[in-house]
Amino acid sequence: MKAWINQHRRAIGVTAAQAWRSPFSHLFQVLVIGVAILLPLLLHLAVQNLQRLGGNLPADARIALYLAGDATGKDADQIAARLKAHPTVAGHRFVSREEAIKDLRRIHEIADLVDALPKNPLPDAFIVRARSSAPDDLEALRREAAKWPKVALAQLDAAWAARLDAGLDLARALAAGLAALLAGALLAIAFNTIGLQVVNRREEIEVCRLIGATHGFIRRPFLYAGLLQGAVGGAIACGLAALCVEWVNRQLPGLAALYETNIVLLPLAWQDVISVTCFAGLLGWLGAWLAVSRHLWRGGPA
Amino acid sequence: MILLDKVGKRYPAGPGNDGHEALKSITLAIDSGEFAVVTGRSGAGKSTLLKLVAGIELPTSGTVRVNGQDLAGSRRALPFMRRKIGLIFQDHKLLYDRSVFDNVQLPLDITGFPPKEAARRVRAALDKVGLLSRERELPVTLSGGEQQRLCIARAIVHRPSLLLADEPTANLDMDYAQDIVDILRSFHQVGVTVVVSTHDLVSLRMARPRVIALSRGMLASEHPE
Repeated sequence: MKAWINQHRRAIGVTAAQAWRSPFSHLFQVLVIGVAILLPLLLHLAVQNLQRLGGNLPADARIALYLAGDATGKDADQIAARLKAHPTVAGHRFVSREEAIKDLRRIHEIADLVDALPKNPLPDAFIVRARSSAPDDLEALRREAAKWPKVALAQLDAAWAARLDAGLDLARALAAGLAALLAGALLAIAFNTIGLQVVNRREEIEVCRLIGATHGFIRRPFLYAGLLQGAVGGAIACGLAALCVEWVNRQLPGLAALYETNIVLLPLAWQDVISVTCFAGLLGWLGAWLAVSRHLWRGGPA
Repeated sequence: MILLDKVGKRYPAGPGNDGHEALKSITLAIDSGEFAVVTGRSGAGKSTLLKLVAGIELPTSGTVRVNGQDLAGSRRALPFMRRKIGLIFQDHKLLYDRSVFDNVQLPLDITGFPPKEAARRVRAALDKVGLLSRERELPVTLSGGEQQRLCIARAIVHRPSLLLADEPTANLDMDYAQDIVDILRSFHQVGVTVVVSTHDLVSLRMARPRVIALSRGMLASEHPE
């Protein structure tokens, strides 16, 4: 146990000394990794914020409730009361049949057609705004409202919500794909940079093996180097992402004013920072392991 | 201590050569505490024999046992067997980017020795080869003979029971060579088994070693000097 601790202490010392000896080349390697991780991270942030902002934008998904032809003003009042009390309804507007036909008449091409009708065919209606724009929530609300008395038809104006959702799904898939691709790239970067270190220290490795070093002993400093390189790269990516969010937030007020809302992008959650750093470290470690192992397996019994 | 049973070593044919049989059916035993010299012309198989004993190469036929263990048995066990052996190389194999002290400390690092105890042992080993005053220097500042002594210090710092030296005096002039032989003798006198390969027996005569002569990969003669 004590020997094990001594060996690790030494490996960390060797790794630190290596980084200290050529700080700039290490810095740039780490920056390359940071930028590589930054891309999928930004996409992830964009998806997250879009999803969140989707619920805040004024153009919420709507449900139209068309009342039965024989519904009276009292029925309409009852439905209005139900909507007011409903937890998932953000707001509602009553559109009377008279208002509806007036709106219709305003469209020039069909004004004559509307005038030619013997009587107003349109029903009274409620335009309901839901709190959530998730398709499932909207559909649940629609189905519930359709069962209310004197509601002839509940129609979901979900195209917009569905489109946003599909768009977000695509972006999410894209982020995942990009993340996988760059995980591969990260592995390759670690494999190459650590592989180069292995080649540079080939003689040292050979001597160590000749005097009784196990594969584990030879790998250890390189594994620490890969781990450190990946983790620092991941941390840099998180830092850069935070800077990007901050920068966008400074530009946002102009755009937000147009939409009459207050939009602020949320930065990365600290859980994300930790998992990105750990994952990048793990990939660096794995790349280093592969690089050293390839060298050791080639080496023969010595 | 060392047992070779019908050991043969054939280097595989490569582009431009059709293979080479370095050792042919060698059977040999070296006891604990012996001082043995493997001699013969260059190409007789001296270095190959030492490499087989150190497990640097594996025999193509026969078995090599060191301390009762078959070296071909397990690759995992090999590093731990090496730790009982001190290796001295003709080309020193020092690490030129590390100080004299760090070079000697390497075998102790490998076994995870506590740093304080390690430092004490390193200084003792350097003292034994007369390099204690130069522990902070880099190996390039040392002469050929001093580098060879540094190599010996590294080989003995972990107190192995077997010392293998491949042509330790090959590139040295007489005085330096005598230094090296004296150091090897001093270890033999405290009970370490020493096996040396050389094509120059003269400087080793004083040690009164057992001489194992090789010729074209076969045992030519064996006699105490």
